[in-house]
Amino acid sequence: MHIPDGYLGPPTCGALFALMLPIWFAASRIVKKTLKVKQVPILAIGAAFSFVIMMFNVPIPCGTTGHAVGGVIVAILLGPWAACIAITVALVIQALLFGDGGITALGANCFNMAFLLPFTGYYIYKAVSFNTPVNSSRRVIAAGVAGYIALNIAAGFTGFEFGIQPLLHKTAGGQALYCPYGLNVALPVMLGEHLFVFGWVEAIVTALVIKYLIKTSPELLNNSIKK
Amino acid sequence: MKIITKLWIGLGVLILLSPLGLLLPDHFKAGAAWGEWSSGEIKGLVGYIPKGLEKLSSLWSAPMPDYAFKGWEGESLTRLSFAYVISAILGISLIVLLVIGIGRLLSKKE
Repeated sequence: MHIPDGYLGPPTCGALFALMLPIWFAASRIVKKTLKVKQVPILAIGAAFSFVIMMFNVPIPCGTTGHAVGGVIVAILLGPWAACIAITVALVIQALLFGDGGITALGANCFNMAFLLPFTGYYIYKAVSFNTPVNSSRRVIAAGVAGYIALNIAAGFTGFEFGIQPLLHKTAGGQALYCPYGLNVALPVMLGEHLFVFGWVEAIVTALVIKYLIKTSPELLNNSIKK
Repeated sequence: MKIITKLWIGLGVLILLSPLGLLLPDHFKAGAAWGEWSSGEIKGLVGYIPKGLEKLSSLWSAPMPDYAFKGWEGESLTRLSFAYVISAILGISLIVLLVIGIGRLLSKKE
């Protein structure tokens, strides 16, 4: 889901950077009000976890690969705004150091994976686990459902951003300038592979980690930053 | 053991297991992630390299491209797995330092 340089035209890149700027600004202001010093190590571990879980490429035999993001876990533990900052840091390091995701597409990748994913995941988790006690098994299910839907929403938007490129940019001869695949291909492929394979990986990872934390350290889930 | 210590150990285990993310796709003959092809791969798919893509794709030359050392394309899987683990350690170290720095700036003392 890491869009490389060259797949999105300048207008899409610019628009998504412009969308991310106020989100990053709001995230830093809100986290400043809510994050406690003792939660900083959890935030760092969450960012590191998201980074390393993205290195576990899951193959579709003879096809393509994909991976979980792990960002919904951070959102459940520390809230979506803190998760946005943690995942952004992971995406910046991936782009700059490892060329995983483009520099020009950083706004887009952050919008998909550091904004849409933790926010949708967080609110789905809240809605499904509604008012159940921390040790309830419904929380584990809520975490899995949140991971599954959030990753698919992020993948769907990634497919949309890819897919609008041929509509926006074409040479006189009809060749694409950036991503050559339109919505009719990009959207079903990105959604399909995540609905059928990678979304389940995210669901299982999210549910297992939350289950483990509920068992060993339920206070981590009680301490979560409200809003 | 404190939960934080357990989580750090868990991260360490994930770092050691990370080459699975390289070996499994190779074993099952899976190609690049959709939409993350190199210019060469895209030419094979659609018959040409889109002009804008060609220009932008060489914009940034990452110091450790694809979680390996520069010029290690085509190295053995053993060596690539080693580079993968080094990349995980390096990436995580930088991310932890950055997030702790940002966290210190933003968090309130209690």
